[in-house]
Amino acid sequence: MSRSAETPASPGPPGPDLRTTLRPVAFVLLAGGVAGVFVLELTIGSVRIPPDQVVRYLVGAGMDEPAWRTILVELRIPRAITALFGGAALGAAGLQLQTLFRNPLAGPWALGLTAGAQLGVAIVVATGAVVGSEWLSRFVFLSELGIVVGAFIGAGGVMAVIASVSRRVSTITLLVLGLMLGFLAQGMVSVVLHLTTEMQGRVFASWNDGSFAGVYWDHFPVLLPLVSVGLAGALLIVKPLNALLLGERYAATLGLSVERARLSVLAGAVILAAPVTAYCGPVLFVGMIVPHMARGLLNTSDHRVLMPAAMLMGSLLGLSADLVVHLPWERHFLHLNAVNALIGAPVVIGVVLRNRQMRGMVV
Amino acid sequence: MLTLERLSIGYRSRRAETVLASDISLELRAGELVCLLGPNGAGKSTLMRTVAGMQPPLGGRVLLDGDDIHSMPARERAGRLGMVLTEKVEAGLLTAYALVGLGRYPHTNWSGKLSHHDHKVIRECIERVGAQDLAHRLVSDLSDGERQRVMMARALAQEPRLLVLDEITAFLDLPSRVDAMRLLRRVVRETSRAVLLATHDLELALRAADRVWLLPRGGQLETGAPEDLVLSGAFEAAFASEGVDFDRARGEFVVHRHFVGEVELIGDGPARHWTARMLEREGVHVWEGDGRAPPIRVVVPGAERGEWRVSGGGAPVCHPHLYDLAQELRTRFQAVEQ
Repeated sequence: MSRSAETPASPGPPGPDLRTTLRPVAFVLLAGGVAGVFVLELTIGSVRIPPDQVVRYLVGAGMDEPAWRTILVELRIPRAITALFGGAALGAAGLQLQTLFRNPLAGPWALGLTAGAQLGVAIVVATGAVVGSEWLSRFVFLSELGIVVGAFIGAGGVMAVIASVSRRVSTITLLVLGLMLGFLAQGMVSVVLHLTTEMQGRVFASWNDGSFAGVYWDHFPVLLPLVSVGLAGALLIVKPLNALLLGERYAATLGLSVERARLSVLAGAVILAAPVTAYCGPVLFVGMIVPHMARGLLNTSDHRVLMPAAMLMGSLLGLSADLVVHLPWERHFLHLNAVNALIGAPVVIGVVLRNRQMRGMVV
Repeated sequence: MLTLERLSIGYRSRRAETVLASDISLELRAGELVCLLGPNGAGKSTLMRTVAGMQPPLGGRVLLDGDDIHSMPARERAGRLGMVLTEKVEAGLLTAYALVGLGRYPHTNWSGKLSHHDHKVIRECIERVGAQDLAHRLVSDLSDGERQRVMMARALAQEPRLLVLDEITAFLDLPSRVDAMRLLRRVVRETSRAVLLATHDLELALRAADRVWLLPRGGQLETGAPEDLVLSGAFEAAFASEGVDFDRARGEFVVHRHFVGEVELIGDGPARHWTARMLEREGVHVWEGDGRAPPIRVVVPGAERGEWRVSGGGAPVCHPHLYDLAQELRTRFQAVEQ
């Protein structure tokens, strides 16, 4: 075995490939894309507001048309902020779940988290219906918090079941279990909805469609801090996530407390996915596909690079899908999950077919 | 460096204790390659896990440089003890360099950022295992042997005093296994680390180990230079089983066979060696010069003739290949038996 005569002077790995070199460029493009689509979101809709006016408003200057201001402030900015945070949250949750379960199809939806949250919300809505809408309307703040708590309990409950068996079963079994828990929860949702009034049922149905619209400034004091905590947590666990790439046994030999890491990842995923589901309804596919898009773009599994990329990618996807939903369609608008499915399904199919390169269902 | 003090290993469940081995008191010195051998089910893996601090002992202590390994924080232990396991690592889109970099885990901050010093250590470890050419390849594209070499470098990057290696050669082909052992010996000598290697590969362990820990099923752990354990008969006792004998002279296991016949073998060199191997496989005994010479004589190819010649018990026959000779002997001895 020949020793190389000279070792490179640079501290980094010698001779990195092109994609490693271009990583900063990829990040600039991602961030630029997010900013660009964010502005487009504010511009495009049934009422078109010229981009220069949007930018003028964003930098604090006045706008020519007062009605535009109302549309921006009341509708579009909250929606865009929700898509920005929601997408990032789901992307980050998906990435950490895929790494923990070593499964490329893991994500808040596939593991039944979303359905758990749905059930929680349905129960809260139904309880409201049973107790009486008069009571409910008197405690608007409480009921809203109730929905968040319901989503948390539902998602957390499913996660607890998954976590308790995940050591004993294979990842495929786990995925089946997650899907089944999801269907079970959805079945129970229908049962619960029998107890609601027709009006409540309709409220639930519209929530159940999944959309970044319908979240307003008054919701942000609950939604944004929770998601921010989740995102910060996701950035704080990049090192344990990297160790988990080697499998739990090796991670333990590196000094990682595997139990604690599991708990952080699972709790983190609930903190990220539950509030988003509570306010936006079940948003599908984003958590599953964003990690793959980030990996594909950056060609690495290193979470120090991948986690911020997954957040940006999630925001980009969330904003883009929402933009498509709110294009000025002539007849009716598309649902967010329909758009997500149109983007997501081909990506998932690609992932499954590329399985050989994925080296057998491992991220 | 590593001291086992009256160590008992096994499992403790709610109802009972299963003791696999007890009262193990041993020492492992720096710069020594120790192979742990033993039949399946004797508790090799349990002993390895207990020594590595991954499983609590039933009794006694494991001391690494005087400190109890089981009361050490995980991170400190990882800085003193590196492990390589049998399992094949599926690390996704990580280069070999990044994988070795994960070995710096116990030494880096919360984000795992690598310093100049870390990069220096990583490069040294990659060089030490001779994996410079692999550094920028994805781990998923490496062969099993290359991957284990990179995993070795990763364990070395932890800068441990002791390396604990569990069946790391199990999935490797023969050249990779030999290569891995050579690498281990070099690492041990050059870095004055201690290596404990559990293995099934008896032959390789006998050739490479400075010392063997032999763990028989339900018995007492024995230790010594591999040759000592062969001579004392400890190997035979540990691996004794139906139908297999340990050949003390050759240091390997041979299948019991009842001989179908006997020949006199004439000639020397590699041709004789491999002819003898073929005869052993066919259950033909080679006459060792005692008593009456057998009627059949086989002359192996020499400098002037490139064929095997069989004489006695009929007209002399020549065969260009051992395959043909084996077939002839088979028919001859079958005829004799009937």
